[in-house]
Amino acid sequence: MIERIEQLRAEGERDVAGAATTAALEEARVRHLGRRAELPNLLRGVADLPPDQRGQVGRAANQARQALEAQIAARAQELEGAELDARLAADRVDVTLPGDPPQPAGRLHLLTATRREIEDVFLGLGFTVLEGPEVELVHYNFDALNHAPNHPARDRTDTFYVGEDLVLRTHTSPMQIRAMESHPPPLYVVIPGRVYRRDSDATHTPQFHQVEGLAVDEDITLADLKGTLLAFARAIFGHEREVRLRPHFFPFTEPSVEVDVSCFNCTEGHLRDGSRCALCKGTSWLEILGAGEVDPNVYAYVDDERYDPERIAGFAFGLGIERIAMLRHAVPDLRLLYDNDLRFLEQFG
Amino acid sequence: MRVPLEWLHEFCAPDLPARELATRLAMTGTEVERLQRHGPDALDLFVVGRVLAAEQHPAADRLRVCRVALGEGDVAQIVCGAPNVAHDQTVAVAQPGAILPDGTKLGRATLRGVESAGMILAEDELGIGTDHSGILVLDDVGSGEESDELVPGTPLLDLLPGLATDVLELEITPNRPDCLGVYGVAREVHAATGAPLRVAPWEGALPSAWAGEVEGAHVEVRDPDLCPRFTATVYDDVRIGPSPPWLKARLMAAGQRPINNVVDITNYAMLLTGQPLHAFDLDRVAGGTLVVRRAREGEEVVTLDGQPRRLDGEMVLIADADGPTSIAGVMGGERSEVQDDTTTVLMEVATWDGPNIHRTSQLLGLRSEASARFEKGLAPEQTLEAQSVAHGLMVDLCGATPRPGLIDVGGAGPAPEPLLLRSATVTRLLGREIARERQAEILRALDFGVEETPGEAVGAVPFATAGEGLAVSVPPFRRLDVTREADLVEEIARIDGLDALPATLPARRGASGLLMRPQRLRRRAEDVLVGRGLHEVVGWSFTSRELLERLRLPADSPLRAVVELENPMSEGQAILRPTVLGSLLDAAGHNVAHGHRDLALFESGAVYRTGGGRLPHEHHALAILLHGGLQPATWGTPQPPRASFFAAKGVLAAVLDALRVEWTVTPAEEPFLHPGRSAAVVVAGERVGFLGEVHPLVVRTWELDDPVAAFAVDLGRVVAAAPEVERYVDLTTHPAVRQDLAVIVPAGVPAACVVEVATRAGGELLARIEIFDVYEGEQVGEGQRSLALHLEFRAEDRTLTDQDADAVRATIVRALGDELEAVPRGE
Repeated sequence: MIERIEQLRAEGERDVAGAATTAALEEARVRHLGRRAELPNLLRGVADLPPDQRGQVGRAANQARQALEAQIAARAQELEGAELDARLAADRVDVTLPGDPPQPAGRLHLLTATRREIEDVFLGLGFTVLEGPEVELVHYNFDALNHAPNHPARDRTDTFYVGEDLVLRTHTSPMQIRAMESHPPPLYVVIPGRVYRRDSDATHTPQFHQVEGLAVDEDITLADLKGTLLAFARAIFGHEREVRLRPHFFPFTEPSVEVDVSCFNCTEGHLRDGSRCALCKGTSWLEILGAGEVDPNVYAYVDDERYDPERIAGFAFGLGIERIAMLRHAVPDLRLLYDNDLRFLEQFG
Repeated sequence: MRVPLEWLHEFCAPDLPARELATRLAMTGTEVERLQRHGPDALDLFVVGRVLAAEQHPAADRLRVCRVALGEGDVAQIVCGAPNVAHDQTVAVAQPGAILPDGTKLGRATLRGVESAGMILAEDELGIGTDHSGILVLDDVGSGEESDELVPGTPLLDLLPGLATDVLELEITPNRPDCLGVYGVAREVHAATGAPLRVAPWEGALPSAWAGEVEGAHVEVRDPDLCPRFTATVYDDVRIGPSPPWLKARLMAAGQRPINNVVDITNYAMLLTGQPLHAFDLDRVAGGTLVVRRAREGEEVVTLDGQPRRLDGEMVLIADADGPTSIAGVMGGERSEVQDDTTTVLMEVATWDGPNIHRTSQLLGLRSEASARFEKGLAPEQTLEAQSVAHGLMVDLCGATPRPGLIDVGGAGPAPEPLLLRSATVTRLLGREIARERQAEILRALDFGVEETPGEAVGAVPFATAGEGLAVSVPPFRRLDVTREADLVEEIARIDGLDALPATLPARRGASGLLMRPQRLRRRAEDVLVGRGLHEVVGWSFTSRELLERLRLPADSPLRAVVELENPMSEGQAILRPTVLGSLLDAAGHNVAHGHRDLALFESGAVYRTGGGRLPHEHHALAILLHGGLQPATWGTPQPPRASFFAAKGVLAAVLDALRVEWTVTPAEEPFLHPGRSAAVVVAGERVGFLGEVHPLVVRTWELDDPVAAFAVDLGRVVAAAPEVERYVDLTTHPAVRQDLAVIVPAGVPAACVVEVATRAGGELLARIEIFDVYEGEQVGEGQRSLALHLEFRAEDRTLTDQDADAVRATIVRALGDELEAVPRGE
């Protein structure tokens, strides 16, 4: 009996090891461990054996069955793994095809992207972002900014009027007054926005965008203006930039300056091949904005004794977003910014 | 302002190359637009020549073959076509290799078989005048000193120093009319470089006879508020003729065409002093009297250019006994202008009210060299400076005899207030100390008077302590520009140089930079759209009135309350846009015309309408436009979804849900939208915008393809409805039970209505409800449709059982049946 068990086990082990597929393995399992198979039946018949044989035979048959079961499980795992591998190997895609469905990338307009970048630089420098109306009172746009009654900017050839005392703001500067009227010093603000002038050619569009800056505190100096704009210029145009201030005239700042940033395109006005830099026209400086210390007359228009020019001082600046964007991204014509041609829009933002 | 360096150097000649001088000026506040070269080049080839012989050309009637002595025995054969060339003339010769002002390089030529080694020049060929009727004969040039200079071979430059020069083209800021004259610029150059400044050409030149009345001439100023000073001198025995070449050369270099000696003198004196002058032919001034007065409404003057000009009651004119003869400060009149037969000249030099001249010149559309200077506000003192310069030239160049006396109505201006300049203020504003000696040096160079503070009040300035700073007196020509301490600080800062300023950052006590909530949320909204693949466009604020028709707006549409420009640049830019839809359609039109048909665009910008307070109403709109395929056709999705109402609504949901705004849409028509596919966007109970497919007729006018889907919302109001701070809600302790429900409702019942009834019936335990399927067809019968809903039930204090959920669901089904005749499907 024991011998027969050994024989059955050996046969079973041979068949299981020889099964090449999960189907063949199942067939082997049914043949050796199925309901009609000899080994299980032998186990079932143990009770009919003489008592002295029961223990020995039962143990041997049981061991044989368990061993076979374990072997089948192991073999099954082996075969399934191999079969999965084979299936997966056959289930191959061309990974170089485009993703689908496509997820097209949208873009911010270059002007928005640039405006945000400028805002972020000044946010980091401790300035808050304010906004104001585009249709503005002559009072805020000119009078309170110390423009003489005959200042040419007031001319109808230069400025859009929508009423006797209403204009499309010609700069973001009117918000200087509005900001001071609604906030006491210290005041650190930048004001981005759309402005308008009656001008149209390759370098002027009747609408464009500015960022105004205003800092008023106990001890703001022209040197602080220089430092602030240096930090700005380096953030936007690269850390090795320098700025220089050139004296100028604006009605609402005194002293007034124009600010140049060192050209990022060349060395001392010349390119590597020795030719003259077209960006800075060989000057090695790029004009980027107008600025100055807030004119004492401007404070006088803010009806608030805390804005007393004997006790506080401030600087203001105004820069053109278009100019910054064009310089930085080598956009040759201002009008491209307003064509809204996808072939342009896709390149930025 | 064109400043020939040759002229400038007469008064201040710094030892600097022109380019460095330009840089130095730019760095001290005088902007240099460009540095130009004026006149011929290869100058040593331009010499004085003497015509030894001028014989008829053998083969050409109009040409003469000249032998011209060029000095040191050198004789050239030159073929000349000028009618006036003659034996023994002293002439200007350009030798081969010379470069004429127009850039032409002269070579040896053979003219009809005769060799010609150079050219005998006319004045226009030299760039010192406009005359081309004949060659320039230097014998006529002389001012009596016909000595060594006219020896053949003498470089022409020695004779005419103004022949060739660098010219600084300056942009003078409006506060500095004193720099609209060569001497004023010389003063700046002196301060900026330290080079010595020659005494002004008018100093000490005022004739002692200048006092008292002038016989035969009278001036009456009726409106002294607009004419602070009027001066006049009279010259007899004037001989009108061309000016000498040196003067013509300077005028040409300064950009002024020579006319005749008297007119040239007025221009020359103006270019030198910055003060315009006007010469009247006194014999043509009726009655010998000039009256300065405001014009009568509609009064006419015929100006020098022959144009009749109609004036209004605020414009100032100069009249004689026969009526208006000149528009004050802007342009002289035809009737009294100097002509070839003029022998008596009245030289008018006056000061006018700047804003008034500016207004007149604007309204008449008439700008002149004079008005450009007067409108900036000149000092009355400048009048005598110009009179003085003109006086010398009238005598020298026109042989004139001055009539004794000087008419002077108004006199000098008020003395400028003295100013206090505290050293502490200089440091406080600039952030850097500048030694007081240096401050004084700079101010003196600019013609300011400077003293140490005396320790007592001076004028209106309360001087606290001695030694606190400087007491400064302002020269008359800076009277309008420098009125405060800060103005003095600017003078010092600009001349001392801003390069030395340190770069510091403000201390920023208590200031912190941050975006306001609306700004932050606007960025978020824009970023959502970018993340969904939309491209931002930036349109024009301006638009055409025609837009209102193209959008089919009826007469009573609120969008017709547009802000109109009084002075638009064109009809296409006559109003401010009342909606961004127009610019989105424009952008779509542009791209479709260029072959891009699949478009997903958005714009984030202001729109404008009349109304409200003193300012029109402006709000920040966020709008999108979808056209064509929502994504490109690909290998996996050959037929991608196309623009539609629901595509736009999906994008709207993405934006509003990102901002956590509660919103709904309700059916609502807009004239520019498809009537069956348009809706109002409602946030916090208010309509904040529209959503829909654009009306096919509107689509057609922009030459786009149907359908075009769009929405626009007032972003300010949307953002105002967004929660300020999100608060935690416990959704995990007691999980939700989910069930689905399908109901058949009459097709006319809006889905939102089903949701609303179900929400009300579901009460507190219904946490979420969502429509996930819609079916219309045979299975539900004609006029009916089936809506499938996801329901989510949840309680805050316990985990609901299926039985709890079933009960609520049953209530919902009942309510839908009662209120909307809804029947549960498949139950």
